[in-house]
Amino acid sequence: MASDQTELPPPFQDVPTAKERRYDRQLRLWGAAGQMALEDTHLILINNGPGVTGVETLKNLVLPGIGQFTILDSSIVSEADLGVNFFLEPSSLGKFRADETVKLLMELNPEVKGHAIKEPLESFISQDKIFAPYTLILVTAPIDPAILSRIQLHAEALQIPTFYIHSVGFYSSFSIQIPPAFPIVETHPEPTATDDLRVLKPWPALQDFANQKTTGLETMSAHEKSHIPYVCLLLYYLEVWRANHDGKAPETYKEKAEFRDQYVRKGSPDEENFDEACAAVLKSLNPPTANSTVRAILSSPEATELTPTSPPFWLIANAIHKFYTTHNQLPLPGAVPDMKAQSADYIKLQNIYKAKARQDSAEVLTTVRELERSTGRAPKLAIDEKEVENFCRGAAHIHLVRGRPLQIVRPGEKVKFGDRAEDMLRELENPESLVKLYLAFLAWDEFVATHASSPEQAGGEGIRVPGDTDLGLEADGEKLTGIAHKLVDDLITEAGTRIEEPEYSEIREKVAAICEELVRAGGGELHNLASLTGGMIAQEVIKVITRQYIPVDNTCLFDGVESRAYVLRV
Amino acid sequence: MDRLLSRPGGFTEDEYEPGAIPISNIENFRVLVIGAGGLGCEILKNLALSGFRKIDVIDMDTIDVSNLNRQFLFREKDVGKPKATVAAEFVSRRVPSCKINAYVGKIQDKDEDYYMQFNIIICGLDSIEARRWINATLVGMIDMGNPDSLKPLIDGGTEGFKGQSRVILPTMTSCIECQLDMHAPRAAVPLCTLATIPRQPQHCIEWAHIIKWEEDRKDIPLDTDDPEHITWLYQKALLRAQEFGIQGVTYSLTQGVVKNIIPAIASTNAIIAASCCNEAFKLATSSAPFLGAPGTNNYMQYTGDSGVYTYTFEHEQNPACPVCGNLPRDLTINPDTTLQELVDSFAERPESQLKKPNMRTEEKTLYYSAPESLRMQTEGNLKRKLSELLADGEEMAVSDPAFAIDFRYKVRFS
Ligand SMILES: [Zn+2]
Repeated sequence: MASDQTELPPPFQDVPTAKERRYDRQLRLWGAAGQMALEDTHLILINNGPGVTGVETLKNLVLPGIGQFTILDSSIVSEADLGVNFFLEPSSLGKFRADETVKLLMELNPEVKGHAIKEPLESFISQDKIFAPYTLILVTAPIDPAILSRIQLHAEALQIPTFYIHSVGFYSSFSIQIPPAFPIVETHPEPTATDDLRVLKPWPALQDFANQKTTGLETMSAHEKSHIPYVCLLLYYLEVWRANHDGKAPETYKEKAEFRDQYVRKGSPDEENFDEACAAVLKSLNPPTANSTVRAILSSPEATELTPTSPPFWLIANAIHKFYTTHNQLPLPGAVPDMKAQSADYIKLQNIYKAKARQDSAEVLTTVRELERSTGRAPKLAIDEKEVENFCRGAAHIHLVRGRPLQIVRPGEKVKFGDRAEDMLRELENPESLVKLYLAFLAWDEFVATHASSPEQAGGEGIRVPGDTDLGLEADGEKLTGIAHKLVDDLITEAGTRIEEPEYSEIREKVAAICEELVRAGGGELHNLASLTGGMIAQEVIKVITRQYIPVDNTCLFDGVESRAYVLRV
Repeated sequence: MDRLLSRPGGFTEDEYEPGAIPISNIENFRVLVIGAGGLGCEILKNLALSGFRKIDVIDMDTIDVSNLNRQFLFREKDVGKPKATVAAEFVSRRVPSCKINAYVGKIQDKDEDYYMQFNIIICGLDSIEARRWINATLVGMIDMGNPDSLKPLIDGGTEGFKGQSRVILPTMTSCIECQLDMHAPRAAVPLCTLATIPRQPQHCIEWAHIIKWEEDRKDIPLDTDDPEHITWLYQKALLRAQEFGIQGVTYSLTQGVVKNIIPAIASTNAIIAASCCNEAFKLATSSAPFLGAPGTNNYMQYTGDSGVYTYTFEHEQNPACPVCGNLPRDLTINPDTTLQELVDSFAERPESQLKKPNMRTEEKTLYYSAPESLRMQTEGNLKRKLSELLADGEEMAVSDPAFAIDFRYKVRFS
């Protein structure tokens, strides 16, 4: 909701439009730019199984105004669908589920366009360039892994973010495949984490202002003293401290505490501005160095090896890296937290910070322009000045997600965890981790892949899930648990280690209990879990589309028995 | 769902008998849903599709256009109609086997007999006051000789990408009041800042809202849903901002500050409402362990800003809880403080948040903010120092007519 603060609108012209009123509560989160990104999106849901989670996800995206959605679903509405899917009605019975859900979802928002594809997935996927119209793909299990692999390859080639979703009984999971470099500038950190006052590295204009405000501090009137902005107090007492400490600022926790209690606090026992100064000591007296995550992003290969078509993020990252190397600090964000002060003084202080932020951003922009020339960037790809300013403002909190391909079970092949094997093993040993549920879902997929019913079978589409009939309940349970136990052993072997007793048996027991729970549901969805998972996925879709906030990296599991979620990097 | 209830699970108790019993349990379970807004719409849908058949919903609000981005049971044509009725009719139409009664009004209109009919109460509210009221009422209904007087309370709340759901067994586990300090109010801006040294656009808006309206339009009750009123405040705030050189006053910010708007989206409501209903489902069917059994986790916090993070834990009952506990809490205070200062501080203390406190000791009445006759009798005490009114270690009860609660404090002079 960063509003342009340079000009005041004349009264009455700022009254919100009908659309702004409808979307008011969300625009306060992702702003007009986020909303535009949402409206430019065309999402396709490849809906298999009961398909409730997919439809619930769409509900949460149609309401805030996603541009278009398509549901690919060749199934016919059954009695069981009516009991669990809210976007079907009694009159939907016997009709195409895709048509009916699209129709009822579109009622939620007249601005959104919905489309239904009733072609069987097998033939749909065999066409060329089939995903070109879409900007995001959702796929729900159960699905033939061979088809899922093809979807994944399409998605990878076109760099389309793809979600693969399970929702079975009390359990759910989703994995996100996004491009290998997915940078985010607007991460929306907690407001308290963004104060950056540079009291250890004041520039002349700031130091002058502080000197001016604190001259004669010991003799000024109580009223005047109680209105010195706390930034100026910190700068003043830092000078005093430095004079007593060979010109050095407080560095250790002990020194900072001493600075707070023996210097700042001694200035006044109870004035509000001195309280604010004391409270700010520990977090403000830090050198303005970037954290290791940010430094790693600024020096990643995409930033150092620029091409004429590098995404703007990486050009700006390169320029900011140069700024950082030159000044040993990031560009100043320029915001000043509220603090006790006379109005005029506070505005002056704000202007001092803003002017410095503009100056820093201008320096970065100059470098960006140089880089555009030196990399031979086409003029139509010229980077917007606003984007540079935005990056400079949020530079301390940028984030990079390294997207990875979905892990897909291939019948007859061992599941490989590759460079993640050791981390996954640690997850397996951590009782808090839901990796056991992840393995159970992998086993569930393998069961689906190896238990295809004949396509001729009545109502069968070649897919069979564990526990789908009462007759085979026990046998399915044993099979699923058997596959899951083998996955546990394969993981331990791939990580090149072993797990001692009794831990090993405990892991096997927990995995077996989860498998029993999965078989119990027989591939059915519980509406609550579908709705909850649809909410989580919609949040993630919004984060991926708007490139705001930080998406899950890369698999999220939800356990509805224990009522908790867990994120794994697979 | 019937299939799942007909089979034993990996985590059900050994005594659990799958089949007809859990299914009939859920069909006869009477649920009261408080609030038919963002969470309420989701809760009604979820309950109807989880097999609940006897549902009541209570809400006093009417539908506003800004609800339509998440309250999916409402359409443009419903704007202005009562939420409870429209929501109940919609869900009953989609799920004809589910019967939903709507009541348009305040929860305070209803008495204990009304609440006694239900097996469980699910709250999807945005008001802390209403939550505290229903919590205190349910705790007050507990009759040790009557197990049916125990009404589990499931409560959900959201803000932006975050939310929480919690299950309360009144008097047995931590209640809303025990957990009040988890939701501390934002510190109010001092009046003198608004009046003399505004620095932020919010200060200018609050000035227009609190000071200027009283000065210029005293006789017109402020209606924050009236665009003319918001426009008036916006213009006054804008003029003041220009006078002080402050930037950033907008119509949208004015509305946000004056109405205390909390950002809200469909997806977060879906997560929290479904979590609440999942607990209700488990509780009604015993098909899996539910949150909130004594000595187990009763609270799930959800954070979706940065990845997904949940924190599911046991919030322990507070022995000094003014609603469900019985111990006074210590109040350490400077004896030179005046009673007026103490009265003001109760609005901001995270555990009390009382705006109009009444205060008394066993010996005497210290101050009553209402009724008027008592206020006049006691206002003389406001200027006096606490050392003149109280002894070190003395116990003091603080209440507020808005809530049926007594806070007990033991005064400790510092
Ligand atoms: Zn309590």
